[in-house]
Order: sequence, then C-alpha cells, then structure tokens
Amino acid sequence: MAALIEVKDLVKTYRSGDSELRALDGVSFAIERGEFVAIMGPSGSGKSTTMNMLGCLDSPTEGVYMLDGKDVSNLSGDELARIRNVTLGFVFQGFNLLPRLDALGNVALPLVYAGVEPKERAARAMRALGKVGLGSRVKHRPSQLSGGQQQRVAIARALVGDAPLILADEPTGNLDTKTSEEIMGLLAQINEEGKTVILVTHEPDIAGYASRVLRFKDGKLVEDKKQTPKRGERHV
Amino acid sequence: MFETIRTAVSSLWANKMRSMLTMLGVVIGVGAVIAMVAIGNGASRQMEGVIAGMGVNMIVLRPGAPNAGGVRQSAGSGGTLTLDDVRAIEEECWSIKNVAPQVNTSSQLIFENRNWPSQVIGTTPGFFDIREFQVQNGRLLDKEDERGAAKTAVIGETVARELFGNLDPVGRSIRIKNIPFEVVGVLAPKGQSAMGQDQDDTVIVPITTAQRRLVRSAFANSVNMAFVQAKDVSMMESAITEMRALLRQRHRLPLGKEDDFDLRNMTQMLDSMAQTTRVMSLLLGSVASISLLVGGIGIMNIMLVSVTERTREIGIRMAIGARAGDIRTQFLLEALLLSLAGGAVGILLGFAASLGVTEFLKWPTSVSGGAIALAAGFSCFVGIFFGLYPAWKASLLRPIDALRFE
Repeated sequence: MAALIEVKDLVKTYRSGDSELRALDGVSFAIERGEFVAIMGPSGSGKSTTMNMLGCLDSPTEGVYMLDGKDVSNLSGDELARIRNVTLGFVFQGFNLLPRLDALGNVALPLVYAGVEPKERAARAMRALGKVGLGSRVKHRPSQLSGGQQQRVAIARALVGDAPLILADEPTGNLDTKTSEEIMGLLAQINEEGKTVILVTHEPDIAGYASRVLRFKDGKLVEDKKQTPKRGERHV
Repeated sequence: MFETIRTAVSSLWANKMRSMLTMLGVVIGVGAVIAMVAIGNGASRQMEGVIAGMGVNMIVLRPGAPNAGGVRQSAGSGGTLTLDDVRAIEEECWSIKNVAPQVNTSSQLIFENRNWPSQVIGTTPGFFDIREFQVQNGRLLDKEDERGAAKTAVIGETVARELFGNLDPVGRSIRIKNIPFEVVGVLAPKGQSAMGQDQDDTVIVPITTAQRRLVRSAFANSVNMAFVQAKDVSMMESAITEMRALLRQRHRLPLGKEDDFDLRNMTQMLDSMAQTTRVMSLLLGSVASISLLVGGIGIMNIMLVSVTERTREIGIRMAIGARAGDIRTQFLLEALLLSLAGGAVGILLGFAASLGVTEFLKWPTSVSGGAIALAAGFSCFVGIFFGLYPAWKASLLRPIDALRFE
C-alpha cells in the first residue's frame, strides 16, 4: 500500500507587497501509516506552513501532495472540506472549541457536517469523550473546563470521525508541564491504537514522544531521523 | 437542517440585545404595513357600507348649471328640473322603481318659546323608502299630504329633542317661516352620515307644500334634486339612458346641445371613493415599505459585523469539515430568522396598533389576511436579500485565514 502521506517538491510562497517570501522551498518526504512524527524547527522555518498544507487548510504554490494515494494539491474547496471532515482530525494550540457549544456539541460538530443522524452523533461523541477521560463533563462549556480538559475535548473532536490521520499543531503550547505530559500520553496512546499522528512542536521534550522527527530550517527539510519514543504515562 | 436552525437560534440568542435591535427595523416596518393597510381597508369598508346603505342602485338627478350669456350659474339654480319632470320619469321610465324629488331650504323652527335652525326637505312619500327612514312615533307623510299640500311635517329626533324636550311632538304645531305645521311623526334616529352630517337634524314636509309656501323661487314647480332608485343594479345603465332621453325630449334639447341636468350614478361615486382609498393605501404602504427596506439594511449591517466577529468560528467550522455552502446556509438562516421573528412581532404589533386606533381614535380598521401574507413575504424577502451578501462573504473566507484571525 502507498504511504499515507507523500509530498514532493512542495513550494509555498507568500507575497507581501513587492517582496516574495518563500516559506517552503522544495520539501519532499513520505509518512507511513501508524507513524508518530514530530515536525520541529525554529519560528519561520516552515513547519507551520507544512502543517497547513498537510491539513488541507492551504494549498501549495508548487509541488504534489498525495494523501492516502490521492493528489489533493488541486482539489476544489468542497472536496478539501470533505477530506478535512473524513480523513483528518485537528488538534490546535489554542484548542479552537466553539464557546457556545458544550463539550458534547463541540465533539459532535464534525459529524454534523458529515451528515450523521443526531442520535448516532451523540452516541459517537459520548464514546470519543469517554476515550479521552471526559465522560463526566459532556455538558460543560469550554469556559467551564481547564486548559487540559479543553484540549482533551479537541482531541475527542479529532477522533470522533474515525479519521486515520491526527494533526496536532503545538497541542501543548498553552499548557503547563504536567498537563502537557498527560496530553502527549493521550496522543501516544492514540498512535499506539493505529492512528497516524503528526505533531508540530519546538520543544524537544514533546518531540520525544514521537518515533520520527522532521527538522525544518529556512523552508527546507534539514533532518529526518527515527528515534525510540518516550513511553507516555497512561491516563485513561 | 434542524441542526442549522438550532445553531442560528443559539448564536442570535447569544447576542440578545443586538438581535432585538436589529429586528426592530423589520418589526416597525411590518407593523406599519399591517396597521396602515388595516386603517385604509377600514375606511374604504366604511365608505362602501355607507354607500351600499344608501343603495347601490341609486342615481342622483340634479338640474344642470344654466348658462346665462356665457356665465355659468351654480348647478340647480336654473330651475330646469321640475316636479312634472320627476312625475314623468316615475310614470314613463320602465327601469325605475322609485323617485324622490327634493326641495331643500333651511329655516328657524319655532315651538312656543323655543326655536332651532334646521334643514327643511320638501319631498314625496317615496323619499322614506329610498333613504330608508322609519318612523318611531306617529306616521310618515303620505300621498294625501302631497296631493292636498297639507301643512304636515315629520321631524328628526334631534329636532324633536331640541324643540320639545320630553314632550311628545306628535299632534303639536311648529312654525316654519311663520307658517304653522302639524307634527305628524318623529323619525327613528339614523345618526351621522358618512360626511359627518347629523341626519336626524331635519324636517320633512310634502313637496307641494314646500314649493308653494316655503321656497320663494322664481321657478315655480322646480326641484333641487331627485333620488332615483333603479329596479336593480343591472338596470342602472338603462335607467340613466331612459331618463336622459325623456328629459332631453321634455326640455326640447336639440341634438348636440348639452344636457341641462346631471345624472350621477352611486356606483361611480363608490368607484371614485375606492380609487381614493386605494391611492391612500398605496401611499401609506410605500412609506411602510421604506421602513422595511431600512430594517433590511440594518440586518445586513449587523450580519456583516457578525461575520467579521465570528471569522474564527468560521475557520474552526471549516477546519473540521464545513463546506462553503454550509457556512453560507448558516449565516443566511440567521438573517432569515432575524427578519422572520421581526415580521412575526411586527404582525402582532400591527394588530395591536389597529385595535388601538379603533379603540382610541374610533376609526374603523380591518386587518386583512392579504396584508399579513404580504408583510410575512416581504420580511422573508428582506432576510434573504440582505442576508445573502454577508453569508456569501463568510463562505468565501479561506480556512487558513479564518483560523488565524484574531
């Protein structure tokens, strides 16, 4: 079977006024199913840009992005929305939960756009919340939850559609060390259960949970190495 | 769909104050449309009622304006219509059911030491039928009174009250222009006419008596006007044709000469009044529509603000799989809900305003289903029309830009 992700000569340029910024300058790599990959690098290295490309939130200026054997570099907006809905699960640094919905509502939201029936939606969202250890907080709104709990809700939201690929963009950036460890443990566990996890971080500690590290600098991939992952504490 | 409606309601609810203020424009617009149309309808219905009460098969016959050496005199002053003309019409025109000629004058009425000014109508017994006057006390005038030019009178209730107080007027004598008349009956009250006249402030005497004793006209036997009742509404036209032919013949008018009389159809008056109220309704309606338009612009304004404010929410929704169409539907639905809710409140407000107008100003109103449908449809249209642009703008956002928006 083909690699889950295969990018070739990915280029992304941003234009601001007359000057042109080359945020990604010919990046190629492949990620297999079941990998836990950390993307690292200093600010402006192109790691977030890569993540946005992988997440189908932005499209590359040049290059090819094959996701699950399918070229997604030139798909329409609606087709990309469908991929984000079915194939991808996002976890953001700022949690990005909708403040007016409770935990259950937030987790069930991707299923709304997938056209799942309300009853099944609730059941699946409950299961996902149970999986991240928030089975007792389903009626709480984001503002009534701690940062760690909010990130768990976000992870449940990424899991609810049963997407094969979880993209986590600095998931621990807004959390303290202890909570960060809990969240990383959770992501590691999800990876062990078969999901491909891609993580963007600039903290070596956090990257230690991954089995492979891609290091970026000035829009180029400068290092690609495998490592033995740190065993996360089990929290569920 | 239900999910989207719930989302829309909850986001409108989250900004209660703003949503209410936004709706206000539509509320006032719709309320104004309903109330205005109700007032217009009520007025025209009242008019119609009054005219129908007088009988739609009524024709008014008046003498024409005489032309004295090029100077036109006021209508009815020429004495071109006589009692004999009216009698001829009664006898010869087949399409006519009833005719009531009238000689009008006004006079100070005197009973013992009390007096009261009133209009005096000299007419024939058919008058009571045509104008639907009934007697509440005593009797009406009859053919005998007319034939003998009897000095008998039937008085309206206002006259009875002013002259006689608590006394029974029947059988007593009043003086009209110093001539004693015997009161033989009191009319049942009819109240005010559509023109605001007190229809009970009147004295009715036989036309012959009025012509001989009360009206000192240079044209003996002339009458001021006549009410003519056609046998049926469908016979109005033939009645008019017959009368015109008869009168032209009697007056010996050569071909090409103008009529020296005037025939006017009540349905024509009805039409012209309906026309007036239509124009009125249209005018009021357009003013109300402008406020609906302003309300719609208010909705668009707020929706645009809302889209900007919720850019991040849009980004999140897109990131987890919302298509541009989903976003568009969501915002469109919010605008639609705003305007529909405004429309519903406006309909209630319009109802209340109509009731208030009837209650406090004593104007008749009639809330029509058509106006409600119109207002509901219009607010729907406003919601969609003015919601479309903000919704479209929201759907065009790129997910990455929307997510990064602070």
